[in-house]
Amino acid sequence: MAKDVAVIGVGQSSFVRGYPGSIRELAFEAFKEAALDAGITQKDIGASVFCSAPEYDKQRSPAGVLAEYLGLIPQPTFYVETVCSSSSTGVKVAYSMIKAGLHDMVAVVGFQKMSEITSAESQERMGRGADIQWEAPFGTMMPAYYALYARAYMAKNGLTHEDLMGVRLKSASYGTVNERAVYRKGVKAEDFDATNPDAKMAGPVAWPLRVGDACANADGSSCIILANAEKAKAFTKKPVWIMGIGAASEAVNMAARPDFSKGLSVGYAAAAEAYKMAGITSKDIKVAEVHDCFTIAEIMAYEGLGFAKMGEGKELIRAKETYKEGKIPVNVDGGLLSKGHPIGATGGSQMRTIVLQLRDEAGPMQVPNNPDIGLVHNVGGVGLYGSVTIFGR
Amino acid sequence: MGFEKFGRRSFTAMTKTAKFVDLLAEGKINGTVCKKCGAKFFPPRADCSSCFSAEMDWFEMPTKGKLETFTTAYYAPFGFEADPPYTMGVVNFGDIKLFARLAKDIPIDDIVAGMDVSIRTLTYDDGQLSFEIIKA
Ligand SMILES: [Zn+2]
Repeated sequence: MAKDVAVIGVGQSSFVRGYPGSIRELAFEAFKEAALDAGITQKDIGASVFCSAPEYDKQRSPAGVLAEYLGLIPQPTFYVETVCSSSSTGVKVAYSMIKAGLHDMVAVVGFQKMSEITSAESQERMGRGADIQWEAPFGTMMPAYYALYARAYMAKNGLTHEDLMGVRLKSASYGTVNERAVYRKGVKAEDFDATNPDAKMAGPVAWPLRVGDACANADGSSCIILANAEKAKAFTKKPVWIMGIGAASEAVNMAARPDFSKGLSVGYAAAAEAYKMAGITSKDIKVAEVHDCFTIAEIMAYEGLGFAKMGEGKELIRAKETYKEGKIPVNVDGGLLSKGHPIGATGGSQMRTIVLQLRDEAGPMQVPNNPDIGLVHNVGGVGLYGSVTIFGR
Repeated sequence: MGFEKFGRRSFTAMTKTAKFVDLLAEGKINGTVCKKCGAKFFPPRADCSSCFSAEMDWFEMPTKGKLETFTTAYYAPFGFEADPPYTMGVVNFGDIKLFARLAKDIPIDDIVAGMDVSIRTLTYDDGQLSFEIIKA
């Protein structure tokens, strides 16, 4: 493996509803944790990259504003956006700058304060991460788009509502032990029972997806500090190396999408590129974080990443193979379904989880047998962007 | 006519494909086809990404297709609150696809993936112009 660029520090705020502070203060929480984790000061950092989806920010051009608050001036800073995969893209940019020799150390800070606007407004603005010219005029929302995939996928591959619920039950079981997650209550099968008037997960959102199939909006921040080999060795005994990075994009419009029953094309393309760069296969992955904004997205990710053959993702959840003790543990920090999905902070949060896993520091969520290779799969929009990053000890 | 007339509620006022809305008013649902290389586009485009040509013709979309996938929305975004439940889907015409709402007069329980469907234009009470998927 190429030991060129390492993660030397990770940080994340608690993901919450209604963060009682500004985006500066929110971003500071993750940066402070990552800097203390890496044992560095602001002077060691050569550049910073801020990542969010701008539709939620009242502040324009937030990178400079946040860099000042975090003490990262006068170094260069800038802003990267690919909706829900913004901070994964930020890490790819930071990796590139370090590999190019422009900077020795770069901080990637993802943030999102979604509670600034109402839930209905939020749905509409997320919808504007899709096609505003040709699709938003019909009243589209993210759940509806994922439901188009769920419907076709379920019809072709025999995936059931029970299987989708299985994904949520798994995530919730880990969400209860993740103190940074927004949704920490346990979830039971009864919660999906439509005949039970108290069943909170059963209501239809965009059929076939139900309330329990969807993750929640949240406010949060994440920070990943990357360094070249020399700096990594100087500052940390536990560097976690970037082995492979893959990314892809796809037509925004559903009318231009290939077969809906096969999942998101960007998942397959980004994974293939990341595996090739890392020189490994899916069998080498010991722990993974995948983009589960909806339960169906996790099943489709299993297949894009090669953990299951096309159409057979359901077998993994049925056999509990993606639990902590299973063949390939997935989202054992509760995933977005439990943690919540603060758009710009999401990829960095997923990466923090994997880095902690590879350092054997994940506490009650730790996967057994010292995992040495981990993967992060992060999707922007409804597969408009896809990003896969592979980490190794 | 400006593109703000398109759909239940438009988010784009200006596009070089605004003639699409005039054609809707005439009862026609059109895509664009490149005069140079023959590439077909729906939604319509003003520029060909296959050969860089900006010389496009309009062509009328096929009327016989299959409903590839669909969903019924029980909540709506800001500005569409009065509409749910409504069903949206993707029609596959073989060489080209189309995304739209399904007509309100189709009972939700009658909708199945793979069913034969057609498309037609519609005018909302406030004069907005759109198109929808109907039973074949
Ligand atoms: Zn052409």
